[in-house]
Amino acid sequence: MAKIILWGGLKGFTDGETEFESEAKTVRELLKELEKSYPAMKSRLDVGVSFAIDGAIYRDNWFAEIKPESTVHVLPLLAGG
Amino acid sequence: MSSNDRFESREFKVVGTRPLRPDGLDKVTGKAQFGADVTAPGMLHGAILRSPHAHAIIKKIDTKQAEKLEGVHAVVTRTDFAKDVDNTDVLDNCMAGEKALYDGHAVAAVAATSPSVARKAMKLIKVTYKVLPAVTDVDMAMGADAPILHDGMQTEGLEKKSRKPTNIAQRHEFGHGDVDAGFKQADLIVERSFTTEATHQGYIEPHACLANLGRDGRGELWCCTQGHYYVRELCADLLGLDESQLRVTASEIGGGFGGKTTVFIEPVALALARKSGRPVKIVMSRNEVFRASGPTSSSSIDVKIGVKNDGTITAAFADLRYQGGAYPGSPVEFGAMSAFACYNLENVKTIGWDVVANRPKQAAYRAPGAPMAAFAIESVVDEIAGKLRMDPIDLRLKNAAAAGTKASFGPVYSDIGLIRTLEAAKNHPHYSAPLGPNQGRGIACGFWFNFGGQTSVSLTVNADGTVGVAVGTPDIGGSRASISQMVAEELGIEYSQVRALIADTATLGFNDVTDGSRVTFATGLAAIEAARNAAKIMCERAAKTWGIPSDAVVWEDGHAKPVSSNAGDFEPLSLKDIAASAANTGGPIAGHYEINADGAGVSFSTHIADVEMDPETGRAEIKRYTVFQDAGKAIHPSYVEGQFQGGAVQGIGWALNEEYIYNKDGQLQNAGFLDYRIPVASDLPMIDAVILEVPNPGHPYGVRGVGETSIVPPLATVANAISAAAGVRMTSIPMSPPKVLEALDSVLIAEAAE
Repeated sequence: MAKIILWGGLKGFTDGETEFESEAKTVRELLKELEKSYPAMKSRLDVGVSFAIDGAIYRDNWFAEIKPESTVHVLPLLAGG
Repeated sequence: MSSNDRFESREFKVVGTRPLRPDGLDKVTGKAQFGADVTAPGMLHGAILRSPHAHAIIKKIDTKQAEKLEGVHAVVTRTDFAKDVDNTDVLDNCMAGEKALYDGHAVAAVAATSPSVARKAMKLIKVTYKVLPAVTDVDMAMGADAPILHDGMQTEGLEKKSRKPTNIAQRHEFGHGDVDAGFKQADLIVERSFTTEATHQGYIEPHACLANLGRDGRGELWCCTQGHYYVRELCADLLGLDESQLRVTASEIGGGFGGKTTVFIEPVALALARKSGRPVKIVMSRNEVFRASGPTSSSSIDVKIGVKNDGTITAAFADLRYQGGAYPGSPVEFGAMSAFACYNLENVKTIGWDVVANRPKQAAYRAPGAPMAAFAIESVVDEIAGKLRMDPIDLRLKNAAAAGTKASFGPVYSDIGLIRTLEAAKNHPHYSAPLGPNQGRGIACGFWFNFGGQTSVSLTVNADGTVGVAVGTPDIGGSRASISQMVAEELGIEYSQVRALIADTATLGFNDVTDGSRVTFATGLAAIEAARNAAKIMCERAAKTWGIPSDAVVWEDGHAKPVSSNAGDFEPLSLKDIAASAANTGGPIAGHYEINADGAGVSFSTHIADVEMDPETGRAEIKRYTVFQDAGKAIHPSYVEGQFQGGAVQGIGWALNEEYIYNKDGQLQNAGFLDYRIPVASDLPMIDAVILEVPNPGHPYGVRGVGETSIVPPLATVANAISAAAGVRMTSIPMSPPKVLEALDSVLIAEAAE
């Protein structure tokens, strides 16, 4: 199963948990899993988040592939100036 | 291999050259049309009444007298905007609702036949305020007894929620390992606290727009912006319009640097236009730009780093507190993510606090959040090098992030260029040049993420063999030239045969804002693919002409050619040949491409500064400055150098002079360029720019964004240089002459005490 690591800004939605395992195969599946496990997180997810899958960063791509051996970091939505 | 791997090594003919910019002549002859340059028949002039109070309840707004003044066609307040909007903070920032939250907050607006009538009308609007205590300092805003801006605000990101009202909007945390255990392994620990002041992007062109909006909900908007599609989205929301009915055109832009990635006056001009039934132009004064557009955050940062005697960092910690003005959204998460991004660390932790205060809502400013964090971290790294008697570049090389490093914000890096920039700096003549009296040398590193984003490009092959490229990303750094170069390279034609234009929102698919150093990467990628699609069509036309299968034709050097002699013996057809016969072979030839581009590739930079201090006045003068940065592939090297130089200069201004100065009531005291001092050419030496090229796997030509990283190291670079010259660690920015004198005095007092 893939290893999912949330940034600390989401701790308030997860009772402090920031790491868990997931069978999600895509970013979209992971988003659905997060919404189901932590319903209060939906408002934050709707603002937007980024995903780093094995080092490659994705902003809004639902269909980015997550492999069973992947490490996925859920990060704030990247922006710039 | 990542799905974003797109790089193909190749020899370039046009990419890497330095052609003239296509917008240059228009700009130097005054022909270019900026935000304030457009007029319309029957046009009215808009003006915005702003709160003189930093924090006040708006009890009543009486507009009757203003509406009666001859020449006034409309007065709007918050009631003239949509009620149920998605972007509530943006609306409240553009036009205050129940409270004025900062000095300069818009409370009403007028449209009149002339600017003078509009100003007279504003004086007739009677606003009744109940003035409240204000807070502008980030640490004070976090205090238990601070005035509360938003009664309902609670801190997001806390494990244990508090119901007590607060000005802390969010808590962020990043890192890995065990910092407590890491500090126990350290032979030396350095802890310091730092502050930075808010600065403005300092774009020369104030915000300006011309709006036309009928009561049928159809309208047009002309404005200077970095993102006209986002302007459309926000304005449609705030005015209750359908996006399809609002056409937004981006004017030429006189600088943005992140500050023109949102709206301030545009929804107000549209509201006035809708109410008056006439076109309305609004142009901000410089005073308004300072008081009511979006500067960057001020910050307060604590850093603790532990090292072994050999220089190996065993643990690193930072607590970052950024105020982002009156609404949540300071870039503290990017500060916390980028703070230690240059280092390969086993134990690292950063905490970021997003704080509201009675200041204008911050806007993005080039690598938002990163320069302040780099100032704090790179200052401590420099101090450690001094205490260990190590060369500061060697200390950084010993701990530098490289391919395979787990970044302090989580992911593992692929190919990155930090070490290349450090080695280039160490081997550069600047680093070994002798220093004069009262001079100090500083170095520092910086990091920025970059991203790609949503991008549409449409390309057309004209009958005369020239090519037009429509992009939707306003050109703030020479992108029309670099996009034209990439298209010329791909199609095998001259740069002069390609013209890139910025299309309006009604004529091209959606594009994200020009930010995140994304345009040369993402728009360039889409332009290359659009050109490839056009080339594919041209190969098909040639195949039809020759009567051979289309897969037997390839595009090479600007010509369609048979793939081999087996396909037939045909004279290659040039782009011009194929374009001329397009009507006969199937009609117009075009190529387009749409993508949400990932794979932008992170960016690193190392800077060196030599600074001379005047011990009598405390004035610091930059004597020499060199930037080393990885560009992936420099499409137009002059513009890459320009980005390096521009970022360095803005960072130098931030380090030395620029700051928002408030009085005790929260009123801004220096809302103009006379009292808010940005560096001018005569203040600085030539900034040397050294371009390094470590190809980004995510772009066909290896491009990385270069627009933002260059502003990250200068605060620390200059601080380290001044600290070296002064013999005392500088911890507060700006390092204006009074602060430097104070630091010098502290040295004298300490020496006298000994």
